Amino acid sequence: MAVLLTKESKIICQGFTGAQGTFHSQRAIEYNTNIVGGVTPEKGGTKHLDIPVFNTVAEAKKKTNCNASGVFVPPPFAADAILEGVEAELDLIVCITDGIPTSDMQRVKREMRGSKTRLVGPNCPGVLTPGIGKIGIIPGHICKPGRIGVVSRSGTLSYESAVQTSKLGQSTIIGIGGDPVNGTNFVEALELFLNDPDTDGIVLIGEIGGTAEIEGAEFIRSWKGNSKKPVAAFVAGAAAPKGRKLGHAGAIVNSGDETADAKKDALRSAGVEVSDTITRIGEAMMKAMGV
Amino acid sequence: MDIHEYQAKQLLSKYGVSIPPGEVVYQTHEAENIVSWLNEEKIIVKAQVHAGGRGKAGGVKVCNNHQEVIKTVDKMIGMRIITPQTSEEGKIVTRVYLEKAYEIKKEFYFCITVDRETGGNTIISSKKGGVDIEEVAEKYPDEIFKMKISPGSDLLTHHARTIVYNLGLSGNAAKKAQKNILGIYKAFTSLDAAMIEVNPLAVVNDDDILVLDCKSSFDDNALYRQRQVAEMKDENEYDPLELEAARHDLNYVKLDGNIGLMVNGAGLSMATMDIIKHYGGEAANFMDVAGAATPERVAAAFKLIYRDSDVKGILINIFGGMMRCNDIAEGLVNASKEVGLDKPLVVRLEGTNVEMGMEILKNSGFPIKPVDTMEQAAKDVVTLVKEKK
Repeated sequence: MAVLLTKESKIICQGFTGAQGTFHSQRAIEYNTNIVGGVTPEKGGTKHLDIPVFNTVAEAKKKTNCNASGVFVPPPFAADAILEGVEAELDLIVCITDGIPTSDMQRVKREMRGSKTRLVGPNCPGVLTPGIGKIGIIPGHICKPGRIGVVSRSGTLSYESAVQTSKLGQSTIIGIGGDPVNGTNFVEALELFLNDPDTDGIVLIGEIGGTAEIEGAEFIRSWKGNSKKPVAAFVAGAAAPKGRKLGHAGAIVNSGDETADAKKDALRSAGVEVSDTITRIGEAMMKAMGV
Repeated sequence: MDIHEYQAKQLLSKYGVSIPPGEVVYQTHEAENIVSWLNEEKIIVKAQVHAGGRGKAGGVKVCNNHQEVIKTVDKMIGMRIITPQTSEEGKIVTRVYLEKAYEIKKEFYFCITVDRETGGNTIISSKKGGVDIEEVAEKYPDEIFKMKISPGSDLLTHHARTIVYNLGLSGNAAKKAQKNILGIYKAFTSLDAAMIEVNPLAVVNDDDILVLDCKSSFDDNALYRQRQVAEMKDENEYDPLELEAARHDLNYVKLDGNIGLMVNGAGLSMATMDIIKHYGGEAANFMDVAGAATPERVAAAFKLIYRDSDVKGILINIFGGMMRCNDIAEGLVNASKEVGLDKPLVVRLEGTNVEMGMEILKNSGFPIKPVDTMEQAAKDVVTLVKEKK
């Protein structure tokens, strides 16, 4: 067992027949992911990649009993696609789309209040559990089955982390995304891993901007559950100038506690093994695990 | 995207927010008409640049007669403004704003921003306006009042009332301030703003409320549906290389160092800047070759970095899960031929066909050094650039 994805997960792809949806669904199928259908309005009733296409998420759920979705819909329509999945009461929605207006995501946040659906993303690489499957764009071949949970704001840095922890292997990799307003945050991802009997150690990859890493550190410090687990972390952007947005919509330092140093300090004081370069994150994890 | 003070005021006034009468000018002779139209004893002349701290840098002046206004405008246009928020070269003033000057009775700080913790918006206000708010937050944290608005919710009258009472206003001034605050919030949500900062929000005359200065930035992701905001973009405010990068859909930010970077992924790009600093170098830019790292995009990005005269050496760090390294290598060699590469170039590639890619680079005949790890790449480029000096 791992977090978010299980052998029982039945996954659909929203934006299935588009270039991105097609390419990454193909890779996911090659990775033995249980993709049961796709959604593209006006293409319902046809087949794509040998998989049935539906007009709506509700219809896909009725016919396939799907419980999870990957959203590859273009930015202007992505928030609506997420909410369609929320209304169909899917368990998990992973939104890959980059460039969704912040106010659209605020609307999503409002509509999701009290909903049973978990959202991961947007602007994220997705979720991958080695041996089970993936939703999103994380390359399967760089991941190995194992017992390290990886949670990252950055896509490429989650790949670096996967490669560097290949000796230990990964239970699940969760890319939470780089947008200012998103679904699952560090605290929620940490909680999933801390409660997961198949995860022994956690790699956390943060960035400048916002205070999610500091909240994560506070959560680690105050964790009262019976399974304390070693955590290793890297925070990107120590060399970043103040007030300039670096690539990710959320990666900007506006105030003192949004800097890489402030976040690293908070994590260190919570007992986390912090690496100053991404190239040593594997070593830091080993050290934290005592291996 | 940031806009100028005068543009922000134009937008706010459409939402019922009170602003002083004023007009922007690009040339001195235009000022004469504006001065007679304003017909005020005192006029304030403000340089329009996207940077705080312009007052201390000589970018704001209150003038007591019309001749003084004309003289000031003439001096300010073309002037170089250097503040802690600009680069060392500063910014050249191309537009100035002329506005009626007021005697300020009270001044407040008022700001709306997206709150990443709640996913909603937060309104920050303070009785101590007209000064650097970060200083206020440090010295008088009790004087900062924060109100969190739930994600996707409107600002209601009771919210505005609470803020206004916290600012110590009553009677007519309180009513007018409420109306202004509701207007600013409406503008914020309707225009997809990321931040609107009014400093000061002032009480003038008996009980009038006015937005005297305003800084604002807007959500880049929403500009496609905010045409009037998008059209306010002032290209003079951007580095020419940044504009060129934007045309190629590359995420590029010019920095102060001398090692040019080309990386795929925003996180990896930041981490590459960090590791260069760790080994004693400094990046000349942030560069995320967003999206698919195709040979064409890689070549375009490479040529752009190469054109930056501050760049003394280049590091390329590409972690492509799906992409073929031999294609990337060929793109790089072709671009090197075009520019006649004579600066050290260190390349780390990860992905499929790595060996083929590395062979192509090794045999290119250019000063290209392929390496296996990101750590080695950072060490090498820092050393090569130091040797070159």
